[in-house]
Amino acid sequence: MSATQDLEYRTTKSSISNAQIALLLVIAAVVLACLKPWLPAWLIRVPVEAIPPYEGWLDALFNFIKDDLGLIHLTRALSDALENVLDVTANLLYGRRRWPNIGPIPWSAVAAVVAVLAYYLGGWRLAALAAFTCIWTASIGQWDLAMQTMSVLVVAAPIAILTGLIFGILAWRYRTFDKALRPVLSVLQTLPFFTYLLPAVIFFKVGPTAGAVATIVFAIPPMILMTTLGLRKVPEEIIEAGKMCGSTKWQMLFRVQLPSARTEILVGVNQVIMLCLAMVVLTAFIGMPGLGAKLLAMMGSFKIGRSFEIGITIVLLAIMLDRMSKAWVYKQPIHFQRGAPWWRKHQFALLGFALFVVFILLSELFPILSEVTRKQSLSQGKEIDKAIKSFLAIDGIRAVTEWLRWFLNVWVLIPFRNALLWIPTSAFILVIMAFGWWLAGKREALIAGLFFAIIASTGWWDRAVITLYTVISAVTLATLIGIPLGILASRSPRWAERTLLACDTAQTFPSFIYLIPAIMLFGVNDVAVVFSILIFATVPLTRYTIEGLRTVPAEITEASDMSGANKKQKLSFVQLPLALPTMAVGFNQAINFAFFMVIIAAFIGTQDLGQELQRTLAGTDLGKNFVLGMDVALMALSFDIIVRKWTETRKKALGLD
Amino acid sequence: MAHAITAKNVWKLFGPKPEQYLANMQGRPSYEKIQADGYIAGVKDVTIEVEHGEMLVIMGLSGSGKSTLVRCLSRLHDITGGSINVDGQDIMSLSEKELIELRRSKMGMVFQSFGLLPHRTVLDNVAFPLEMRGQDRHDRRERALEVIKLVGLEGREEYFPRELSGGQQQRVGIARSLAIEPDIWFLDEPFSALDPLIRREMQDEFLRLQEILGKTIVFITHDFDEALRLADRIAVMKDGSVEQCDTPDQIVLNPATEYVRKFTEEIDKARVVTAAAIMQPHTMPSSESPVAAQATLRELAKTLVNDSREVIPVQAEDGTIVGQLQRQVALDVLFGAD
Repeated sequence: MSATQDLEYRTTKSSISNAQIALLLVIAAVVLACLKPWLPAWLIRVPVEAIPPYEGWLDALFNFIKDDLGLIHLTRALSDALENVLDVTANLLYGRRRWPNIGPIPWSAVAAVVAVLAYYLGGWRLAALAAFTCIWTASIGQWDLAMQTMSVLVVAAPIAILTGLIFGILAWRYRTFDKALRPVLSVLQTLPFFTYLLPAVIFFKVGPTAGAVATIVFAIPPMILMTTLGLRKVPEEIIEAGKMCGSTKWQMLFRVQLPSARTEILVGVNQVIMLCLAMVVLTAFIGMPGLGAKLLAMMGSFKIGRSFEIGITIVLLAIMLDRMSKAWVYKQPIHFQRGAPWWRKHQFALLGFALFVVFILLSELFPILSEVTRKQSLSQGKEIDKAIKSFLAIDGIRAVTEWLRWFLNVWVLIPFRNALLWIPTSAFILVIMAFGWWLAGKREALIAGLFFAIIASTGWWDRAVITLYTVISAVTLATLIGIPLGILASRSPRWAERTLLACDTAQTFPSFIYLIPAIMLFGVNDVAVVFSILIFATVPLTRYTIEGLRTVPAEITEASDMSGANKKQKLSFVQLPLALPTMAVGFNQAINFAFFMVIIAAFIGTQDLGQELQRTLAGTDLGKNFVLGMDVALMALSFDIIVRKWTETRKKALGLD
Repeated sequence: MAHAITAKNVWKLFGPKPEQYLANMQGRPSYEKIQADGYIAGVKDVTIEVEHGEMLVIMGLSGSGKSTLVRCLSRLHDITGGSINVDGQDIMSLSEKELIELRRSKMGMVFQSFGLLPHRTVLDNVAFPLEMRGQDRHDRRERALEVIKLVGLEGREEYFPRELSGGQQQRVGIARSLAIEPDIWFLDEPFSALDPLIRREMQDEFLRLQEILGKTIVFITHDFDEALRLADRIAVMKDGSVEQCDTPDQIVLNPATEYVRKFTEEIDKARVVTAAAIMQPHTMPSSESPVAAQATLRELAKTLVNDSREVIPVQAEDGTIVGQLQRQVALDVLFGAD
């Protein structure tokens, strides 16, 4: 308590405030920019001859690790093991010709088991959702594709969960390990997914194995964080009770602490599953078969109707997996009457097994229950295609999208991009530092400045600026849409509830999905890129605006009512200032999402880092791949550090925690 | 025979280097002085004994160090200085293994917010300490059912903690702490989280249990009424040190410090003070119509008002006359005249 008071006292005492320093930095940047014609070249761009050959160094390092240290043998051995497991699931789920050669399991049998599991976890409505998802997928003729995706997911998710759990326990137990792990985790979480793919391909074979490895690595961080959080939150009294009952350290961990951290651990499981799904879809870029690959192919040939159908399948799968794993979080053990017979205690397992057998037998009689052939499928790809295209061709709609495209391109995006590209590197870095100094402070400003200087020194400055420009444009537009939407929705509790549900659902969609409407509406250009990021980034902004406004204590709003504030006054003087720290969390997430999405949007066609990254996937240029990935991560981290620090200080100042 | 628990000059300091600070300590610094030096005195030079079969209630407001003290006695906290003996064993010298053994065989503890394991049924919660020491499934089930019956939760064995009311949850906590048949029973504000009505009921229940079991008990509370109701002796704590440790009537009649006196001000002394506490040696010739030594003055109120004698004989439970009561003195206590 006294320490923070001291701190505040000291900061108010210092002669120049953070905002004044920021202003000075901006003035310096403007001066530099105005003097551009007379500036020495090295202040405008880092000269080519001064760029260290990071890529070569990294290549040498990777080669050293790979061949000289013999890591490749270890990873190849691991990938052989992993491949065996993947072969089993592939055989069972979609009948790939591998051991044990008994698959594929009829879709109806899988559907029955999933539905029973859903019923056990969350009752009738969840069971209906699960059954509908399965029946939709099968009847639209995408069962095999979906199972190709799922066969990797069912292997990747458990491995990620287990590894995350172990690392989480270690981080909770050993402070030094935790301290070392944290920065690694934040880099891992900001590295673009494409950066995971190439090393995965090089160290683990092409195809499902590499896809699974990249997915696992990407999905582990949240599991670690949630495990540590959960273990830290176990009430002291429960631990003391455990000690007084005479438990040893191991007994304590496995019978007291881990079970008591159940909720957080299961939230981690939910996040891992969702991340795995999103990533497995993205592994299409390294040629992994499944829903993602099909979607990629369909979008590539502009088959909007089929893309749309695949999109729905992916969304349904995502919602189903999310709801089921969330239901598991809230599922509390229920007790049976004493002396209940064993079949009653295991009724769901028995029911699931019985239905499984029944459907396998039925599918012998009715082949359609085993496999929906192409002719039988209800896919309406061409018709949807026509419908969507003719809808978009309606004059009014075409006029709107075309005008938007023209306006955004000519008057907003291109001028903005050119302006950013025109600014000398040195001035740009000063502006970034000013931003950091103003919002966070000296430490964050210096870190951000350093990060951007590193980016400049890698020689990819122009590409990085284009990436940044896309992110800034999209997030700005998303803020202009998302925050008013959130404010509007929180006017009535019912709408707030509905909007939150919609946002939560939208957040479970694999990011790839957001490309579909963008391409549909705007075709293949910068506007489509910005638009896809925009919808992706609006979701967290709206969500946290509502969340923030909702958590304003009722007493405070009542106090402002009693002070005679009208609605507008209440909103702008009471609710928004108090909600701002929470809204900033949404803003931070929006920026992170945007950096994530902008790389994927390279698929539409961009000229930024993402495009280069995607190109490296075709080759073996590990060094370049890594440098590009780090550039994106450093930008994302800079913003993350600044906004996070601001949120923290603000929350402390408002006494919210 | 040794005391059940002997604590000598126990210190528990929180801060950067507590041992060093204690070793260099000059004289007896005040709580505020220690705090100014960057340390919190959780327990400050406490010396206390607990007899076998006695119920010692440690009373104090929040932050007075009572919970810390009980955690030192059970070695949930390691003490900074002094010594604690349990059944003649210095618990600070015990190894991890010996400590676990001690807890598995001799100690039980009940917690303020129950400390139940949310993922286990009542039965499994109660059987938990037995499971820890590796008792076989059948035995532990039998023993757990026995204790569950003892605390009156029969029929709820398969319930989960969240399905029970606060009072019932604490009964589970009590049952769990009793499962291993401990000699020493620590209760850390066991009834504070409960409604006043339930609290009263649980106190009665607790007294009934103690009647049957006769354990050595260290009971923590911030409720002076509760302390008076239950205690054989009360230790009043403030700022980590014990202000006074005595029987309830002595605390009420002769508070040792100003702090203790403030607590007793609000108390109806007649409800606490017994005839035995204020009687004098028996000198009067008559022993007609005596009053019971264990009766409180409140219970004797009618007699005291109606009896016209100046002195009244006092009779112990076995029927012998053990002293005499000055009627005026008793009436003064009864009507609160100082």
